[in-house]
Amino acid sequence: MRDVGLVCLADGIVGVSFGAAAVAGGLPWWVPVALSVLVFAGGSQIAAVGVVLAGGSPLAAVAAGAVLNTRLFPYGLAVADVVTSGYGPVRRWLVRVIGTHIITDESVAFALRHDNRSRRRAAFWTCGVALFVIWNVTVLLGVGLGSALHDTNAFGLDSTFPAVMLALALPTLTSRSVKVAAGAGAVLAVALTPLLPAGLPLLAALGGLTVGGRR
Amino acid sequence: MMPMTAIVALGVLTYAFRFTGPLLRGRVTVPAAAERLFADAATVLLIALAATAALTAGHGFAGWARPAGVLVAGVLAARRAPFPVVVLAAAGVTALLRLAGVP
Repeated sequence: MRDVGLVCLADGIVGVSFGAAAVAGGLPWWVPVALSVLVFAGGSQIAAVGVVLAGGSPLAAVAAGAVLNTRLFPYGLAVADVVTSGYGPVRRWLVRVIGTHIITDESVAFALRHDNRSRRRAAFWTCGVALFVIWNVTVLLGVGLGSALHDTNAFGLDSTFPAVMLALALPTLTSRSVKVAAGAGAVLAVALTPLLPAGLPLLAALGGLTVGGRR
Repeated sequence: MMPMTAIVALGVLTYAFRFTGPLLRGRVTVPAAAERLFADAATVLLIALAATAALTAGHGFAGWARPAGVLVAGVLAARRAPFPVVVLAAAGVTALLRLAGVP
């Protein structure tokens, strides 16, 4: 649980930088705020805002964000047993509606650390709910700061997002096959970034799964 | 500009992606091998996301300051440093390099 607090702190920093960067880039305050409540997926929010700030159309922004979030489908399969728990039809339904929304990189990473189902459930829900609160509060905070801070890159805030992803993924690199797959995927994604529309190189990274001597 | 309809559309699509996994899991039996594949797919995507976010901006190279900060963060993370230390190190290294004139 200490780790959940640390992840919240880390994502809070990312939240502040996201809110600040969006507003500093010229978007109205409600854009990062609405994205954070309704989408609640940092990577896609940053990508969507990035596309719009780079002059892309809203459609391109939605497409980039949506493609990034396709990873939530395998995440959902991985944590299905803890998302769909609960007793009685109403509570079960409520748990599912909320649990579905808090499927994130972080909550899934924490859940997958445990083999025991009740521990998985506790880790998933603690992390997911805490992150939802922290993420939205810090994005709002960032929006407030955004008008004061004009050059967020000067503070290196753009490094925090990949650093968070890396810190989350490193502990899951347990087998040789997944290490090779992840390495190949990363090379593929970076190599294809100049060629494909934003978001697609990330999906191409899944091609890395075909190497590494699996099965 | 990003209209509210675009934000709602992304929200609905995102929720659909989140919803489909648990939904299918209840209906179909997922073999252990497939389950491992999905877990590995998640890891591959996270690493690829970290790599592209560290190295690229738009369709080009992000400059050296950002990947350098992320690299330091990665080394710290691999040595099990606390999360805020990892994140602040990333921002700090990048900010200092930019202060020194590195793009």
